[in-house]
Amino acid sequence: MADDLKELKIELSKNGIFTTTMEELYNWGRRNSVWPLTFGLACCAIEMIATTMARYDLARFGAEVFRPSPRQADLIIVSGTVTKKMAPQVVRLYNQMPEPKYVIAMGACAISGGPFRDGYNVLRGIDRYIPVDVHIPGCPPRPEALIHAFITLQKQIEDDVLRGAQRPRHLDPDAPSEFPVPSFGEHGLEPPDNPEVFNSAPGNPLKVIQ
Amino acid sequence: MTALPTPEDIKAQIEAGIPGAAVTVITNGSPSAQHSLLLDNQHARDAAVFLRDHPDLRLDFCSLVTGVDWPDTETTEKIKVRKTVDGVETDVEEARKTKIPGYLEAVYHLFSMEKKHGPVILRVRTANRTDQTHVPSLTPVWRSAEFQEREAFDLYGIVFDGHPDLRRILMWEGFADFPMRKDYVPPADDRLAEVHA
Repeated sequence: MADDLKELKIELSKNGIFTTTMEELYNWGRRNSVWPLTFGLACCAIEMIATTMARYDLARFGAEVFRPSPRQADLIIVSGTVTKKMAPQVVRLYNQMPEPKYVIAMGACAISGGPFRDGYNVLRGIDRYIPVDVHIPGCPPRPEALIHAFITLQKQIEDDVLRGAQRPRHLDPDAPSEFPVPSFGEHGLEPPDNPEVFNSAPGNPLKVIQ
Repeated sequence: MTALPTPEDIKAQIEAGIPGAAVTVITNGSPSAQHSLLLDNQHARDAAVFLRDHPDLRLDFCSLVTGVDWPDTETTEKIKVRKTVDGVETDVEEARKTKIPGYLEAVYHLFSMEKKHGPVILRVRTANRTDQTHVPSLTPVWRSAEFQEREAFDLYGIVFDGHPDLRRILMWEGFADFPMRKDYVPPADDRLAEVHA
């Protein structure tokens, strides 16, 4: 929003008149009802469960219900080691979620394979197959870290511009909503990554969000 | 609780009870001194039934099955050989290399719930690591070995003859390698993304 409009809005609110824009309203609504998928893979899932319980209470941020079906979920928290045998199922679950949909890669394993990186059956990060919105390091991350990741995701949604080239994927009819499911090969998964999503070229470090 | 007979005693009992069985005691030099019994493949199943049903042993519980990969090794010995060099007979040191072919091994740890003793450790070996990787399955004797023999088949490629349901258990069907073997090379496409600061 332009600065003068913002000032006008503040001025009006001082006089008891509430105004908003379509974009703000739309992002506000999406940001405050991000429902995660009931889905856990390893020890990080235990921390994720703790985050939803009374002490940390993720419901404060609008994620009160973990949906048991991907058809009803907005967010998949990849919490734990993704084995090569499990990876196609994770991609399939993501494909079954309706747009708009988001991914949090929780913990060292989901980001990169973590301590099991050199294992013969460990996928070196789920970002090889699906686009990840927020990465949280940690082994496992504390519930506070997951809440931080969730707030980071909310900030990303809040900053979405609905029109133009920068618009989010679900408003772009040409952008993919489903991603190819890898298949079991003789020596590993085929293909080893999805180049549309995963940029393994040198000189392309991961974007770090403050 | 009855004291477990020594491995040598068990060996003697098996060889007395089963005609033609050949048992080798493999000593363990470490402080644990857990010696094991190497069974010949032909009589392994009979020996297992013998150990399970023997009134003094009653090894009714197989707690663990695992595989071991012993790759091909080469030893070099220096041997003095008398040779005639330029018409003069002299002692010459020659390095002689001996190739020890590798094999795969299945290891079983047995206990007795009834007698409360154990463990007795059994080993069976394959002929080599490539085409003759068969050993007799002991699942018909101890049902608890079923999944662990499948795991050894999956990760080491040991084929257990007589196993009721020998399929891969951890890796998928169609996977060609045996990841726990010493010479396993992971696929090169697990490449790293270089991150430049």
